[in-house]
Amino acid sequence: MTTSPRENGIVAGRLPDPVLQENFCDLHAPLDPHEAHVAADRCYFCHDAPCMTACPTSIDIPLFIRQIATGTQDAAAKTIFEQNILGGMCARVCPTETLCEEACVRETAEGQPVEIGRLQRYATDTVMAKGIHPFDRAEPTGRTVAVVGAGPAGLACAHRLAMLGHQVVVYEARPKSGGLNEYGIASYKSVENFAQKEVDWLLQIGGIEIRHEAKLGQHISLEGLQEDYDAVFLGMGLGAVNALGLDDAKVGVADAVDFIAELRQSSDLSKMPIGRRVVVIGGGMTAVDAAVQAKLLGAEEVTIAYRRGKEAMAASAFEQKLAASKGVRILYNVVPIGVTGNGSLTGVTLAYTESVEGKLVLTDDTFTLPADQLFRAIGQTLSAAPRGLEFEKGKIKVDAAGHTSAPGVWAGGDCASGGDDLTVTAVAEGRDAAMNIHTVLMGGK
Amino acid sequence: MADLTTNFLGISSPNPFWLASAPPTDKEYNVRRAFEAGWGGVVWKTLGMEGPPVVNVNGPRYGAIHGADRRLLALNNLELITDRPLEVNLEEMTRVKKDYPDRALIASVMVPCEEAAWKEILPRIAETGCDGFELNFGCPHGMAERGMGSAVGQVPEYIEMVARWCKEATDLPVIVKLTPNITNVLYPAEAAKRGGADAVSLINTINSITSVDLDSMAPEPTIDGKGTHGGMCGPAVKPIALNMVAEIARNPETRDLPISGIGGVTTWRDAAEFMVLGAGNVQVCTAAMTYGFKVVQEMISGLSQWMDEKGYTSTSDFIGSAVPNVTDWQYLNLNHVTKARISQDDCIKCGRCYAACEDTSHQAITMSEDRVFEVQDDECVACNLCVNVCPVENCITMETLPAGAVDERTGKIVSGDYANWTTHPNNPSATAAE
Repeated sequence: MTTSPRENGIVAGRLPDPVLQENFCDLHAPLDPHEAHVAADRCYFCHDAPCMTACPTSIDIPLFIRQIATGTQDAAAKTIFEQNILGGMCARVCPTETLCEEACVRETAEGQPVEIGRLQRYATDTVMAKGIHPFDRAEPTGRTVAVVGAGPAGLACAHRLAMLGHQVVVYEARPKSGGLNEYGIASYKSVENFAQKEVDWLLQIGGIEIRHEAKLGQHISLEGLQEDYDAVFLGMGLGAVNALGLDDAKVGVADAVDFIAELRQSSDLSKMPIGRRVVVIGGGMTAVDAAVQAKLLGAEEVTIAYRRGKEAMAASAFEQKLAASKGVRILYNVVPIGVTGNGSLTGVTLAYTESVEGKLVLTDDTFTLPADQLFRAIGQTLSAAPRGLEFEKGKIKVDAAGHTSAPGVWAGGDCASGGDDLTVTAVAEGRDAAMNIHTVLMGGK
Repeated sequence: MADLTTNFLGISSPNPFWLASAPPTDKEYNVRRAFEAGWGGVVWKTLGMEGPPVVNVNGPRYGAIHGADRRLLALNNLELITDRPLEVNLEEMTRVKKDYPDRALIASVMVPCEEAAWKEILPRIAETGCDGFELNFGCPHGMAERGMGSAVGQVPEYIEMVARWCKEATDLPVIVKLTPNITNVLYPAEAAKRGGADAVSLINTINSITSVDLDSMAPEPTIDGKGTHGGMCGPAVKPIALNMVAEIARNPETRDLPISGIGGVTTWRDAAEFMVLGAGNVQVCTAAMTYGFKVVQEMISGLSQWMDEKGYTSTSDFIGSAVPNVTDWQYLNLNHVTKARISQDDCIKCGRCYAACEDTSHQAITMSEDRVFEVQDDECVACNLCVNVCPVENCITMETLPAGAVDERTGKIVSGDYANWTTHPNNPSATAAE
């Protein structure tokens, strides 16, 4: 039975099942061979290509596109995976419009970049569908490494270490591997259980054991890992969600990341409850992912409230347009100052902001939006960080090679300082830390 | 709109665009569609001797070369001359000419190298009312093995002999179609002229293997595991054809011999290029085979617009206009100095000019940290490669240094005088300037 979309409160089944299925299908359909050929033909094979420079993992984009154009998808995929073992997921979730595709010279020339992300998916999907894992493991080195977190950073690090012949044990707090790929990305960006398939494919390299529900500070300790392994890589991401400082305990107020994770793990979307009027506070990808999915679940009104202007929003222009196209309203320069409702949420009061000498100040101009659900998406912080490490701006301080202040301990991904909090950046950091760990373990400097 | 009426050998057609003798002109149905679409003339698919019809392979007949986005750059074919009975073709030609008296209808002919054969068939074909004959001495496959087509076209003495027989057999204009599969196109062209031919048409197709199937290890098109060379045509052959046309047009022995230009004509501009190099009209095949007969409409409107813009009122105003500017290398002005110029406003920063110059030329383009590409005049030899590889038209251009300027590469002052290799001091056989 379907609930009326106009029913107040947080209820499930606002849309009929077929509509939900349609709403949560693949955001960008995969390219078929003809489309891939046409798209690949547009690449100019630039010298020292700007797209490559813009890619945090420095994938040789002109080369892999030329390999697609000449009918060698396996070779194309290997070019991608050599730099980014999670190239399949990155092809789906990378904000290409602010990375490789923004730098594409055909964006400059015609306002229409080569579709690098979709071509990358074409190549990686082709090879993964064949079950081919294009790398072999080196002879065992006898060295062991502990990796904390089976997210993009941890997996990239583990794969590279295993490939180089080290024995790796990955400790993951959650019941499944994948980290944000599994729990933190809008469902329509990674359909058909892709994150788990990708992990399974990646593990074909051998030499990697993953232990789930093993949380640092609870089931394992950094000291213990340092004792048991030759090296430790920390890639556990961020945990705690920043609070709004309002009545955060009120019924109907929740974390966007939890909503996104619950949705991703849901096997029956018609059982996912959602409010009639939803307000999301924040301006990043998480805010957009939560707002768009709230709308797709059947919320009547969904509003993103962001404290600064459009240009300052962390979510890309593409993400903002996507939200608008799904019927999400974005309010800029507003901050929540209170919530209304007796027990359950009925509204959110917001104040307009102004920038005075670079600082954001509230104005007296306020208004109240009716709302029965409010999602917090104003960022996450590192929780339960192990002691004995130095920190920088709330994150584990690392050097260019990913080494922390503690001997034998490396870190990368969202929990570490430096770089944007992106899947692709986490992959690059995990990979580079692995290379440095390898050098150190093998007696180099 | 300019009048495109073109007179070639006294044959008038409403425009200079004829369909070449090829599959598109094999029968009445196609030719009527072509004339309805606006083609000025048609060279009917080559007629052969009466008797058992020619046999074609039962497929495939064509191979292809593709460019980006699967644009057809060239076709090759191993189809033979018409495989329909002579009588059927003659009846159809008669009907078509009667219904389209203002269009040119040329009969392409190929019979064995015997006087009687030619002298018997030409008068018979003339009864259709056709406007002239084109002797197919070009076809490089299938017929050549039987002593016809390019087997004749590669022997100037045969060309001269057959052309003479034909001129004796008919009062209608005789065009000799030349094969490019020779060392020097002037030999067959001069032979045609000696034989009394009224014109030459060129080029016929080029011997080619377009590709190889790497699974079956056989050339394409592959017939039951085997392939053979076919005749290549289309945009990719245009430069070869333009050169051969120009060579004939500027050769003292043949400069007054009318030329029908063939070879990769795809747009009005291609046609204009053939015509300014001396072709009195053009023949088209691959463009029609790729896009259909309607493509002639762009050729007509484009040529008209260009003529209007240039103030030409007749195609005869510009035919041959570029011929005086085709010369030999030794007469090129060595004092003419140019340098590449990159428009930073138009540059999209792909860096292809840099890669080309740095890796394969003269290291005359520098690249800055922020991808600004600049020409270094002291290294630039003006080879033009950067212009050619740049994906943005007119982003890189060649600037001529004025007389009196210093060429930074040589340190010499640019002279305003013309000086070529024949008088250059490095030339051992240089003759001192008078």
